[in-house]
Amino acid sequence: MIHFILLFSRQGKLRLQKWYTTLPDKEKKKIVREIVQIILARHQKTSSFVDWKDLKLVYKRYASLYFCCAIEDQDNELLTLEVVHRYVELLDRYFGNVCELDIIFNFEKAYFILDEFIIGGEVQDTSKRSAVKAIEDSDMLQETVEEYMNKPAF
Amino acid sequence: MLTTIKQKACYSAALYCLTFLNKTGATLTFCKGKSKEAEIKRINKELANIRSKFKGDKALDGYSKKKYVCKLLFIFLLGHDIDFGHMEAVNLLSSNRYTEKQIGYLFISVLVNSNSELIRLINNAIKNDLASRNPTFMGLALHCIANVGSREMAEAFAGEIPKILVAGDTMDSVKQSAALCLLRLYRTSPDLVPMGDWTSRVVHLLNDQHLGVVTAATSLITTLAQKNPEEFKTSVSLAVSRLSRIVTSASTDLQDYTYYFVPAPWLSVKLLRLLQCYPPPDPAVRGRLTECLETILNKAQEPPKSKKVQHSNAKNAVLFEAISLIIHHDSEPNLLVRACNQLGQFLQHRETNLRYLALESMCTLASSEFSHEAVKTHIETVINALKTERDVSVRQRAVDLLYAMCDRSNAQQIVAEMLNYLETADYSIREEIVLKVAILAEKYAVDYTWYVDTILNLIRIAGDYVSEEVWYRVIQIVINRDDVQGYAAKTVFEALQAPACHENLVKVGGYILGEFGNLIAGDPRSSPLIQFNLLHSKFHLCSVPTRALLLSTYIKFVNLFPEIKTTIQDVLRSDSQLKNADVELQQRAVEYLRLSTIASTDILATVLEEMPPFPERESSILAKLKKKKGPGTVTDLEEIKKERSSDMNGSAEPASVNASAVSTPSPSADLLGLGAAPLTNSAPPPSSSGSLLVDVFSDSASAVAPLAPGSDDNFASPDLASSEVVSEEPADTVHDADELFHKFVCKNNGVLFENQLLQIGLKSEFRQNLGRMFIFYGNKTSTQFLNFTPTVICSDDLQPSLNLQTKPVDPTVDGGAQVQQVVNIECVSDFMEAPILNIQFRYGGTFQNLSVKLPITLNKFFQPTEMSSQDFFQRWKQLSNPKQEVQNIFKAKHPMDAEITKAKIIGFGSALLEEVDPNPANFVGAGIIHTKTTQIGCLLRLEPNLQAQMYRLTLRTSKEAVSQRLCELLSEQF
Repeated sequence: MIHFILLFSRQGKLRLQKWYTTLPDKEKKKIVREIVQIILARHQKTSSFVDWKDLKLVYKRYASLYFCCAIEDQDNELLTLEVVHRYVELLDRYFGNVCELDIIFNFEKAYFILDEFIIGGEVQDTSKRSAVKAIEDSDMLQETVEEYMNKPAF
Repeated sequence: MLTTIKQKACYSAALYCLTFLNKTGATLTFCKGKSKEAEIKRINKELANIRSKFKGDKALDGYSKKKYVCKLLFIFLLGHDIDFGHMEAVNLLSSNRYTEKQIGYLFISVLVNSNSELIRLINNAIKNDLASRNPTFMGLALHCIANVGSREMAEAFAGEIPKILVAGDTMDSVKQSAALCLLRLYRTSPDLVPMGDWTSRVVHLLNDQHLGVVTAATSLITTLAQKNPEEFKTSVSLAVSRLSRIVTSASTDLQDYTYYFVPAPWLSVKLLRLLQCYPPPDPAVRGRLTECLETILNKAQEPPKSKKVQHSNAKNAVLFEAISLIIHHDSEPNLLVRACNQLGQFLQHRETNLRYLALESMCTLASSEFSHEAVKTHIETVINALKTERDVSVRQRAVDLLYAMCDRSNAQQIVAEMLNYLETADYSIREEIVLKVAILAEKYAVDYTWYVDTILNLIRIAGDYVSEEVWYRVIQIVINRDDVQGYAAKTVFEALQAPACHENLVKVGGYILGEFGNLIAGDPRSSPLIQFNLLHSKFHLCSVPTRALLLSTYIKFVNLFPEIKTTIQDVLRSDSQLKNADVELQQRAVEYLRLSTIASTDILATVLEEMPPFPERESSILAKLKKKKGPGTVTDLEEIKKERSSDMNGSAEPASVNASAVSTPSPSADLLGLGAAPLTNSAPPPSSSGSLLVDVFSDSASAVAPLAPGSDDNFASPDLASSEVVSEEPADTVHDADELFHKFVCKNNGVLFENQLLQIGLKSEFRQNLGRMFIFYGNKTSTQFLNFTPTVICSDDLQPSLNLQTKPVDPTVDGGAQVQQVVNIECVSDFMEAPILNIQFRYGGTFQNLSVKLPITLNKFFQPTEMSSQDFFQRWKQLSNPKQEVQNIFKAKHPMDAEITKAKIIGFGSALLEEVDPNPANFVGAGIIHTKTTQIGCLLRLEPNLQAQMYRLTLRTSKEAVSQRLCELLSEQF
């Protein structure tokens, strides 16, 4: 089970956080600080896995953004890397050439897409089509012309 | 795609001022790149604006509400605190417009707190959406339940979701969400998700047409099966056949579920995980499973279908999971060896990730009898990894693997390589390597001279990382094996010749020479005087505990070598010893000097006799490594333990130790009485007797054994090491204190705990939902407590309900002194358990660890309420729901005195209502429990039956758990 997912920039700015276990806010902030520091300090060409407390961090960098998942000991590390990749693909498909700014300004969409893909720390559906379709369907559901015009186009 | 992120992101850094356009067209400008203050100012302005909109006279339409709630979320996600807007978000939930509902749910998921009012409203909205039969709305509601995942949510929906999951007409996408949502609730509150008819139907979801449904269901079943294996046994054959269909399918068969030419990797891995919950299946199914596993291993040998890393990752993810299953079954030698060979290939792969995982996976393979030999063939590669890997976490795995593959045949090589690596190892893993080397050297020592050399080398290379356990252990072994004593004495003597040697070496050297220096004294190069001078040349550079140990060595020398007695007496007599500022050193110098002058040689020989062999017990080093690594590695360590106990000389006589004797050192004791002390090795004095030897020389429990160099302070001896392990389980101390704990239910001040060392007193006051407790720790001895650390521990269940804040106390508590600690208490909601007060400290050489329950009980937050008879009975009737009432009939434990009973009820916190009950013998009380979130009215009635010596206690409150807890607490009082 994935315990949490963090997205942060190379400057250490947190862009998205998703927690699948209940923790007090203070604790979350502490964890984020600690993990960002650990990951940013790692060199290139090192493995993508870091032991952290009794969990394992699996991370990967996409351009300026780090994606980091904390998984349990018995979870599959390589497949977690592909969970991250699939999520990036989903974002890419929805935004069309996704970039960090898309995630900053359309954070709610980034969360919705993640919710379609992962629930409670487990992968819900691995089909690219069904996850994106769910989001697009819901967009069509209520989007008025006015809203559509205001959709950011970077 | 990946590169485009880069292109577009490059101007994000250049932007000074970002304009945030959300879909509603509102503009929110954040001054990035300017000062932090500017950003905070800007945000505060925006927050004020939103607040005024929410508070304004005009009712906001859904559209603007959504806009502002969305802004609040954005601000929260930037890292600022948000304390309003929850109500507006909840309102959005009932909107019919999808995007408004969606933002509402997102806000709740991210920012929900346990505000009970809101939870009710939220649950209501979720209930409506679940009943809406609109799959999109149902999906949102399920996501929200899974995201919040609180106990309240579980209480409200744990019954409903299984129905949705197995209903025939539920859409596939909703089924998937429902399965994982249920999983989340099961993880937080397993007691609220009872198994039932639905379980068998969930198992059959493994056969579902829709692979997404199967994927989600497999996760659920795996977790449920871990706790209820019987209930889900049928899933094994279904999982095997599903897996078989996937691995034999062509890469295009599964369409969208094929990921970079790998068919359904997620589902495959989850199925393999599910199978790891069970032992190998029946022969029929087993054959099919073996075929699957062989196919997966075969595919690993095929050329890759794509050069993309995603392809290799997905393929190898399945492979590693299959290997995990093979190791889990540990029954097919053929598969195990194949797995090992496959991993061997990965050990030299250019991908760091694969090397890392191969090393990790091989560690578990090494413990299987079938593959242990196959793993051993890779020893050179692993040693090479230790030397050349650039990533410390990979090197760490290599160390683990070397440790796991070590046996008698390769121990010398592996230990040598580890020692070699230790010289350059990263600081973060040195201590662990030291422990591992120490364990391996001991476990596989055929020749104990090799063992002694290895440990001395360890101290030389990484002295700072050699913990006490390691050097205690080498001394235990040397003392228990007479064949190695002479060699040990010679080796430490040589090692001490080095101009700079680590303090740990001085300790080992001091101890061993003190015991066995006579064995090498025949050689003129290590005559008694030379030995003494050598040790004494290190004396001034050492810390106090080491010096104390050396002083004990000196007095042992007086016995071993009478010819240098005067030299030693001169040293002891010098001002720097007799007038040493450190009490311990001074005391030792004075007493040893007196002992050497007064006592006859016979007495000296008895008092300073060689240490008896130590009793054989689990190595404290192993215990330490276990503690470091957690329970995961315990299995193979237990095996080590078994093996070692047969390896080592198990016949060692237990030292005569009276563990219950805790005596107080009395510096003024009359040494002349020594001659009368009937102390021999075999007949320890009774603990209560005033044996002066005990009084003078010991402040630790193990002191009845003949005096050892440094018998207290730092030479904690194996008894202590083991008592450390034992006392890690505070269970029995906690239990003992139960009775005292109950005394505090009806009173606030008194003594909570007392033993020969320590007294804990309490003083507390409570008002409404707040309280403050003063804890007084009194040192009853005349010796300092060191590293004194009291910690208040709330269990996970308790933590959300009770807020406790403590300040640390001074780590040293002087003899006879008292320190005070304040605990601030806030009751957030009603709770059952009591927090635990754990206290750890060093007393003399002994590590003390004790735990007591801290008497913070729910009734402390009682406010008494006076009411008339009429009011009372009216309320009593209002609370007539059977769940609100709890009754207990019990035998009186104390004399049934009406006045004492009254005092106890008042002490319990409720008001005592006179002339309410028609029967004047009965007692009636009323009060309100104050918590931060709610107030709970409580009524109680106690009916004594003098004839039967019984009581009947009835409690009625608006909350079942509260009635229950109060009834438990109060029943113990009479």
